[in-house]
Amino acid sequence: MKLNQLNNATRATLAFSAMAGALILVGVGQSWALSLTILNLCLISSVMALGVNIQWGYAGLFNIGIMGFAALGGAAAMLVSTPPVGNAWAAGSWNILFSALCFVGTIVAAWQVHKKLKNSRFQTIVMIAVLVTGYMLTRSFFDPAVDAVEATDSAKTGFLGGLGLPIILSWPVGGVLAAGAAWIIGKVALGLRSDYLAIATLGISEIVVAILKNEDWLTRGVKNVNGLSRPVPYELDLHHSEWFISLVEKFRASDLAGLEGLAREAVLKEAITESAGVFVKLCYAGLFTAVLVIILTLCVLALNSPWGRMMRAIRDNETAAEAMGKDVTGRHLQIFILGSAVCGIAGAMLTTLDGQLTPTSYIPLRFTFLIWVMVIVGGSGNNLGSILGGFLIWFVWIEAEPAGVWLMNTLTAWLPEGNSVKNHLVQSAQHMRLVVMGLVLLLVMRFTPGGIIPETSK
Amino acid sequence: MPEMTEILNALVVFTNFVLIPGLAYGSQLALGALGVTLVYGILRFSNFAHGDVMAFGTMVTILVTWWLQSLGVSFGPLPTALLALPLGIAGTVLLCLVTDKFVYRYYRAKKSPPVTLVMASLGVMFVVNGLVRFIIGTDDQRFFDGERFIMKARDFKTLTGLNEGLAIKSSQGITVVIAVILVALLFWFLQKTRAGKSMRAYSDNEDLSLLSGIDPDKVVRITWIIAAALTTIAGVLYGLDKSFKPFTYFQLLLPIFAAAIVGGIGQPIGAIVGGYVIAFSEVLITYPYKKVVTYLVPESWAPEGLLQLLGTEYKFAVSFMILVIVLLVRPTGIFKGKVL
Repeated sequence: MKLNQLNNATRATLAFSAMAGALILVGVGQSWALSLTILNLCLISSVMALGVNIQWGYAGLFNIGIMGFAALGGAAAMLVSTPPVGNAWAAGSWNILFSALCFVGTIVAAWQVHKKLKNSRFQTIVMIAVLVTGYMLTRSFFDPAVDAVEATDSAKTGFLGGLGLPIILSWPVGGVLAAGAAWIIGKVALGLRSDYLAIATLGISEIVVAILKNEDWLTRGVKNVNGLSRPVPYELDLHHSEWFISLVEKFRASDLAGLEGLAREAVLKEAITESAGVFVKLCYAGLFTAVLVIILTLCVLALNSPWGRMMRAIRDNETAAEAMGKDVTGRHLQIFILGSAVCGIAGAMLTTLDGQLTPTSYIPLRFTFLIWVMVIVGGSGNNLGSILGGFLIWFVWIEAEPAGVWLMNTLTAWLPEGNSVKNHLVQSAQHMRLVVMGLVLLLVMRFTPGGIIPETSK
Repeated sequence: MPEMTEILNALVVFTNFVLIPGLAYGSQLALGALGVTLVYGILRFSNFAHGDVMAFGTMVTILVTWWLQSLGVSFGPLPTALLALPLGIAGTVLLCLVTDKFVYRYYRAKKSPPVTLVMASLGVMFVVNGLVRFIIGTDDQRFFDGERFIMKARDFKTLTGLNEGLAIKSSQGITVVIAVILVALLFWFLQKTRAGKSMRAYSDNEDLSLLSGIDPDKVVRITWIIAAALTTIAGVLYGLDKSFKPFTYFQLLLPIFAAAIVGGIGQPIGAIVGGYVIAFSEVLITYPYKKVVTYLVPESWAPEGLLQLLGTEYKFAVSFMILVIVLLVRPTGIFKGKVL
């Protein structure tokens, strides 16, 4: 066992050093800005992979709706940070409020009918009557409100806007939204066959994204919300800050040495523009690393606590754990909510980094299945493994596209320019990375089921 | 009281926009769900690659169709794709058998938990999805040719003298006819033939069937062949009726699974009923009833809104809601499938 653990520690060190080396190589070879962009997305992917690992690695829950939870996080980022649109609120807020009240009232009434009339033969009829009336009432307030809100200056706003709070607050809010959705799904699908949870999460994620795309009054739909506020300084402000300029002068002293007057000014200006971009990305990287470290610490603490032992016991033998008096479905619900919340936080972080909410960018292959490859390849059940998977797979995913195009260009070099087969191959090269990812997943599952850094048995 | 012709007009509108499309869509879903349910019954896992295998089969059929068209071959009034179908099925069967040999068989032999097989099917889904996009691209493809309509709306109007027309697209007619024939064939196969009986025995009790001398490899092979054929046909019919787009086929996974679970997963009859339940709920809930109601009520009551319960962009929400209700109320589905 000792040897195994040592082995794992060496593996982790080696793998993470290799990852750092690769990022530095990109920095030196391509550009530092690109390297940092990749790093930031690696960090976010790692947080998402941690969330999935909580569900899969600790409890064996199969969630293929990660996209939906990430999208909820993204929506939270927008709703928390955008300033409220006054006119739209004036036009529609009361009706929206009433329709929300009607909606909640209907649900409560239906629940009461379900409880009170359990053994009555009128249950179904009363239930349908309540639901239909509630639906009509909700719609009667909702439809005019939506029209009114969407009509207010639709080219620029046409939505209610948000709360106008600092965007960093949206990270926990995104987690809470995702946890809420997970609670509903978990209540329905947990305790049944494991693949039912998968299908239910697939469904809810499609619905969440459909809502983001179509409810223009809430999210502007496919018109996107641009220019979200930032938790870090803007490049333009940095260009005029004394402290930043002097910092650049200090760092680039060797470049500036021996230059005078206009020549020095020009070099300095270029250095400032370049450094401002890098500085902003570094700030993001710092924030994301902080989140990652906090979540990782909590995960490790939880996994090594009695609670973590119980979770592993449940995962490894549900029947035995149940016989010992553990509430399997309840624990599963708990862990499903926790993992989804982490995915929600990561989703909010991603939208913060992008600075805009683009509902069309939520595609399952990128947001759900890629994360799964990360978890499996990195090492399911091992937190460090998931983080490594997040780094490695995102890096490969980004660098595979230029590599694929280059490969296709080289392979088809003997074909004449403008050949239709050649054009098709080069244009479709990007799709080959799906094939590569699928093969990687299948091969790792088959030949090293534990992943790069496997779970250590305790 | 509305007049007779008004009621007839309302009925025609309803048939034209709800009944016939629902019937065709339901048949397509039923064929798709049959594939899922057979794989589930025999191999005991939910095959998430199903939607993309469907796209693969349709893609092969489209490519063969284009080739036939370039040779000047046509199938008279019927779409050329039907001629290309056998080759499409052959390609899909090959794909399924190859993935089984290289992916699923290993886990089956190891008796891995179903969730591992589901995960493996995700990997297969990735690969097949990438292949389809690589070969045919991500765009919409229309490959319908031949006679478009069995009955045109205008002919119906002149025939009956009604205001509203009833149009039946040939793709809808072909879908229903093929679905009926296939379902009949499948049930005959499962009930009457030796291979079908061994499949049912294997699905019912694996160990007992092995003791009785049933060859598990053969059962698995037959299952993949049937599932691949059904899937390809479902995909081609859907593509003829609407259009082919890889992402749409991936999204069909949700209604197909919902259909299989609603009917009772592992039960062929359930898959068929489930397919129609999902399809009709989807069409009924997303259809705007304005026109139908306008014919039925006095003029002064005519509705202003569209009378649409849910926008068509939320049609996936319908299958999801039905799925949720079934999981809450009767997790085994209508026909007591295998669960828990």
